[in-house]
Amino acid sequence: MNRRPNHLAGAGSLVWLLLVGLPLYVMITATLRTRSDYARRGPLALPERITLDNYTGAFSTGFGRYFLNTLTVTVCVVGLVLLLVPPLAYAIVRSRSRFASSAFRLFLLGLAVPAQAVIVPMFYLISEAGLYDNLLGVVLPTAAFCLPVSALVLSGAMRDIGPELYEAMAMDGASPRRMFFQLVLPLSRGGLSTIVVFSALQAWNGFLFPLVLTQSDSTKLITLGLYDFRTEHGIDIPGLLAAVVLSMVPVLLVYLFARRALVQGLMGVGGK
Amino acid sequence: MSSHMKTRIRKQTRSRTATGAGGDERGRVRTARRSAGGGRAPDRGRGASRRARERYGSRVGRPGFVWAVPATVFFGLFAITPLIMVAALSFTSWSGLGPPRFVGVDNWTRVFADPVMIESVWLSLLVTFLGVAVQTPLSVLLGVWAAGQQRNRAVLSAIYFVPLLLSTTAVSVLWRAVLDPNFGVPSRAAWLFGDGNLFGTQAGAIGVLAFVSTWQFTPFHTLIHQGAARAVPRVLYEAAEIDGAGRVRQFFHITLPQLRNSVITSTILMVVGGLTTFETVLILTQGGPGTDTTITAYYMYQKAFKGFDFGAGAAVALVLVVAATLVSLIVVRVSGYDRMRSDMEGVS
Repeated sequence: MNRRPNHLAGAGSLVWLLLVGLPLYVMITATLRTRSDYARRGPLALPERITLDNYTGAFSTGFGRYFLNTLTVTVCVVGLVLLLVPPLAYAIVRSRSRFASSAFRLFLLGLAVPAQAVIVPMFYLISEAGLYDNLLGVVLPTAAFCLPVSALVLSGAMRDIGPELYEAMAMDGASPRRMFFQLVLPLSRGGLSTIVVFSALQAWNGFLFPLVLTQSDSTKLITLGLYDFRTEHGIDIPGLLAAVVLSMVPVLLVYLFARRALVQGLMGVGGK
Repeated sequence: MSSHMKTRIRKQTRSRTATGAGGDERGRVRTARRSAGGGRAPDRGRGASRRARERYGSRVGRPGFVWAVPATVFFGLFAITPLIMVAALSFTSWSGLGPPRFVGVDNWTRVFADPVMIESVWLSLLVTFLGVAVQTPLSVLLGVWAAGQQRNRAVLSAIYFVPLLLSTTAVSVLWRAVLDPNFGVPSRAAWLFGDGNLFGTQAGAIGVLAFVSTWQFTPFHTLIHQGAARAVPRVLYEAAEIDGAGRVRQFFHITLPQLRNSVITSTILMVVGGLTTFETVLILTQGGPGTDTTITAYYMYQKAFKGFDFGAGAAVALVLVVAATLVSLIVVRVSGYDRMRSDMEGVS
């Protein structure tokens, strides 16, 4: 291998580092500055004195409630995905029925359907079902759009379980149900954590469904809160950026403590 | 069925390579796989006999179709039904209240007679093209660079990763604040940005959109290429070194050809993402100045949820569905499910 240091590539990567770092720097420092300080001395200056008012301010404009709403939606979406996908993936991998393989093809097709494409009839369906402006009305479509990637990821993980393990259990007279709980679920933990992180991210960062399917303050989710904050108090940039930082705290925590699962979950996002 | 055969073929190739020298393992897997694909007839024969054996032998212990029913019904209800309904709604007039009324092709003629719609299609294509043209070379270079083993690269890669942690909403709000005409960075750097209002002209606004999505998504594609670049067998570089090939030549003659699959995958993802860009436009430019950045997904949102013309919105949405389906067909034709899986395994 070529051992000479590649100065050109190093310089290029530093330029990119600057581009990535600059807005992050502005974001972090701005949230610690007062509004007048930010307006007077510009976005690039360091704080005159450090203040946490922007964060408390964000909470007083309702971000605490948006946070809780988003958490509720996220938990429900993850729960639904965990309830629906493992049996599906198990059937895709192990079932001999034609239905399971056509179901798999249906989900593969679903990979390519963008949420934007179905938003109009979704609004119609959810309104007709009486779920407009209800968190459940956000949970259902969000979970549905997590299914294709989750099914793909989890059935991929389950395929790696060797057939001899199934055969051994069949020899002991185990039912498909027992194999599912005692063999398949424990051995596909990696895939399970990937789909948990993936669907949690989808729910936490989701914007289009909440935008179209909710309207009141009591059902507002955090992404929508950011959007409205910008429209209503667009000039309070430190306050706005404090809200942005708050919105990413949970994801940051996952990044610190479960980096591998997060990266895999994110790559699942890309499969969409 | 076929998936089982594929697993089997993969197993065979794996055991074959186990006997080969460790160095050129991947090359061998390739050729083995190709030969397994080429000599399909004997494989199919063996597969059929095995299938027959399994039918008699181990049918017990297999889950029935019931296991797949709940998820399929749920998906059918909340993803497939709306997809079918979008076609139906595009032939109706509906303002959000009362039942939709059938109006034939009225929405379609209206939508396609609207110059804003036609322009939006071109704008979507332009934004998508810009995204691919800027992000592909950038993410390939960064990915290959980050695939190296030096310690500082790992630290830098961790920072590069941060944009991925932010939602599209957060990214758009952040950049809107940073590029704010009155309080943002451009207002402080007149030598670079002129009057500081990047959102005032069409070129400026499109530039901002392309730049922000590059900022957000380049790390993701970098990860894809980094995984692929790490999988390139070192022996190829060693051989090139002996032949006296320099770094640039090695990049173009070894690295790039070996990254072919990951480039295809990431390009497809960029195209799908580019065609459905919505939040960035809504938050950064609101389709403006005027309708200069009104791309198709945003146009649909405007028609349906701002103009309460849901029929026209559905017609535009159907255009999006067709575009996305075409892309998905390309996905299946060009890459195939198998390879996408192996690409994902390379990551992390």
